Amino acid sequence: MAILIDENTRVLVQGITGREGRTRTRLMKEYGTNVVAGVTPGKGGQEVEGIPVYDTVFEAWEKHGPIDASAIFVPAPLVKEAALEAIEAGVKLLLLVPDRVPIHDVLEIYDYAKKKGARFIGPNTLGILSPGKAVMGMIGGRAKSAREWFKPGPVGVTSRSGGITSAISYYISKAGLGQSTIVHVGGDAVVGLPHPEIVKLFEKDPQTEVIVMFGEIGTSQEERVAELIKNKEVTKPLVAFIGGKAAQKGTRFSHAGAIVEGNRGSWDSKVNALRDAGAIVVDRITDIPEAVKKVLGK
Amino acid sequence: MAKLFEYQSKEILKKYGIKIPDGGIAKTADEAVRIADEIGYPVVIKVQIWETGRKGKGGIAFCEDAECVRENAEKFLGMKWGQFTVDTVLIEKRLPIKAEYFAGFIIDDSTAQPVLIFSSIGGSGIEEIAKEHPDKVAKMHIDYGRGLYSYQAREVARKAGIRGKILNKIGTTLAKLYKAMREYDARSLETNPLALTEDGEIVALDAHIVIDDYGVYRHPDLGIEIAREFPRPATELEKIAWNVEKNDYRGTFYFIQMVTDVPPDGKHIAFHGAGGGGSMMSMDAVLNAGFKIANFTDTSGNPPASKVYRAAKIILSQPNVVGYFASGSGVASQEQFHSARGFVKAFLEDEVDIPAVLRLGGNYEEVAIEILHTYLKDLPVKVEGYGKDDSPDFCAERLKKLVEENGGKLHKVKPHKEFEPKGTEYKIETMTGAIYIDHEVCEKCDEKPCVEACQYDVIELKDGKPVLKIDPEEARKGKCTECLACEIACRFHGKGALHIHLPIPGLKEYRDKIIKEQGV
Repeated sequence: MAILIDENTRVLVQGITGREGRTRTRLMKEYGTNVVAGVTPGKGGQEVEGIPVYDTVFEAWEKHGPIDASAIFVPAPLVKEAALEAIEAGVKLLLLVPDRVPIHDVLEIYDYAKKKGARFIGPNTLGILSPGKAVMGMIGGRAKSAREWFKPGPVGVTSRSGGITSAISYYISKAGLGQSTIVHVGGDAVVGLPHPEIVKLFEKDPQTEVIVMFGEIGTSQEERVAELIKNKEVTKPLVAFIGGKAAQKGTRFSHAGAIVEGNRGSWDSKVNALRDAGAIVVDRITDIPEAVKKVLGK
Repeated sequence: MAKLFEYQSKEILKKYGIKIPDGGIAKTADEAVRIADEIGYPVVIKVQIWETGRKGKGGIAFCEDAECVRENAEKFLGMKWGQFTVDTVLIEKRLPIKAEYFAGFIIDDSTAQPVLIFSSIGGSGIEEIAKEHPDKVAKMHIDYGRGLYSYQAREVARKAGIRGKILNKIGTTLAKLYKAMREYDARSLETNPLALTEDGEIVALDAHIVIDDYGVYRHPDLGIEIAREFPRPATELEKIAWNVEKNDYRGTFYFIQMVTDVPPDGKHIAFHGAGGGGSMMSMDAVLNAGFKIANFTDTSGNPPASKVYRAAKIILSQPNVVGYFASGSGVASQEQFHSARGFVKAFLEDEVDIPAVLRLGGNYEEVAIEILHTYLKDLPVKVEGYGKDDSPDFCAERLKKLVEENGGKLHKVKPHKEFEPKGTEYKIETMTGAIYIDHEVCEKCDEKPCVEACQYDVIELKDGKPVLKIDPEEARKGKCTECLACEIACRFHGKGALHIHLPIPGLKEYRDKIIKEQGV
């Protein structure tokens, strides 16, 4: 088992003919992802890495449906349209790779996805990878590295930083362990599947025995994970690292934020909430493998 | 996040039919007096800065006459506010107020919805008021697909204790504020106080809007120079950096000066991260090692070598740093040799005089490290390259050692020499620069390593000379990725006939100025 994707997931690539789309389609195919079709409006009829290209998602669905997931590699200003199209066509899981998607576009996508029962990862994500099964996005960069760095195993990894997602997973592999699924939830303030949602999925996944989370200052994601642990909705052990201890504190500009969120979002708030709930918070990223081994009794 | 000044925020509100007091902005005391005379007394005069709580800190004055306006304008203009120097004041008609409310909109990341917060008591110290009087504060999550209707806003105001006819005016005002928030891509919008005047009008006496950085491109009318969060207006060097970022969509380059005037204390280093989380982790490592950082830089998202080169050149325009530290997550998906070549070009051009530790872990790190060690070994200082199995803490300790060995020598900024072509070279235009090849020199070169180095198959040999293999338009559009491999190959394995010119507008002038100051 794994979460979100495996070797059977039927994947569509939107923006498949672009620079990133092409490169990452190759990575996904070589790693074993079941890429069934691509879409670039106006370029239907072409092929990329042996994958047929269509003009619209609806057309791709007609020829290759059902499609389980779509990886979106279009420029940021076009992400909203691409995502809404995929959701309307019936795709239930999207991966929004681009950085710099306007937050109001994300809110609109989120609203529509919720109403249609779809979910999305990102924006601003490196992607997800279930070791030995499939990758969506660009984690690993090339299939050879992805195979070397990530191994199947009992650790579920969820992270708010792309590079750190790979780094943590690599350290875990190096320590002789492996991962069930590796998820970069995305670096933006609002993301489709934040830490709490991913952690809940790991809780239900039989392969996952321990969850590793990389958090950062800002947003309420880590505090909400702490609440899940407190409420016993998450019972698997969780090892966390929170980045940004040394980061410069911004000047206060919004009263509304302070009224609604209070102290939430700060480094102290996150670390305290997680420790109170019983999670293990390590001081250095490189301490993660040891902490995981200890939890697993190895 | 791009913060707007109060007066800019109010201009937006005005467009949406929300009342604001008569007034205007001034940059001199004379202007301030002229505006006050025009709108009539009493007036209020306010510093324009990106912070709230100005009243308590003496940034707001109430005046009955011109003399008072002049006195306060003179006091306010030039006032230091943290790192910020006040250069604008807002003068507005002071209105008789019956009641003060608070209205704000923010985005709740946990539901991915905007939230309306309304309080029937407003003014300064609103956070405390909200804590002490929870019954006076009401909030509501907004269904993004439906938007905010006046009837919903009226219910929020009612829950906060508002009664009577004024509910209608508050309801429509809140709906208009939400429309402004949504249409202007605001991360947050608030007005405090939102006042009820003696003559029964709802007027926004103060307003703060933060525009989403990623949405700024949809609002050229706002004239936002840099769509980034800064605690003060951007410095000259930050503007030069932003120009690089703005004109090259490949990858992300972020540059902010933590100290605008680096003290010669032997503690400050140049910091160059890669990726948000990796940068933070690396910054923690150098701070733990006892260093201070002069700047925070992040080049990530697969930037080309040319962008990393420009970043390094900008970073090296800061005098008095004692070392250069570059480090990201350590296990990057991107090919690391691009960054390596960017560093090589910049470091050689500047003949770097401070030691550097460059941790380029990830795909092809062995190639990246070899590039650094091969081509930078003749510099007068040590440059060490590391990969994914070397922790940031270890690397920070290495830099500490190297800085000590170098006697803590302070970095001196060198002049930025723009490449001057002879005019006879063969020229290939690239996305952000140009490749110049002196074919006369090529004739003496047997190896032609440039062609072999080009992994993108952009150049080829024709009649024994390296020339463009593809359509010039394609090269300009990015088929030539400015990977810098041909230049390095030519310089070290050929005859030095090939030069890639990557202009950085404003850097020459900036460095000349710094050098002048250094000399003093």
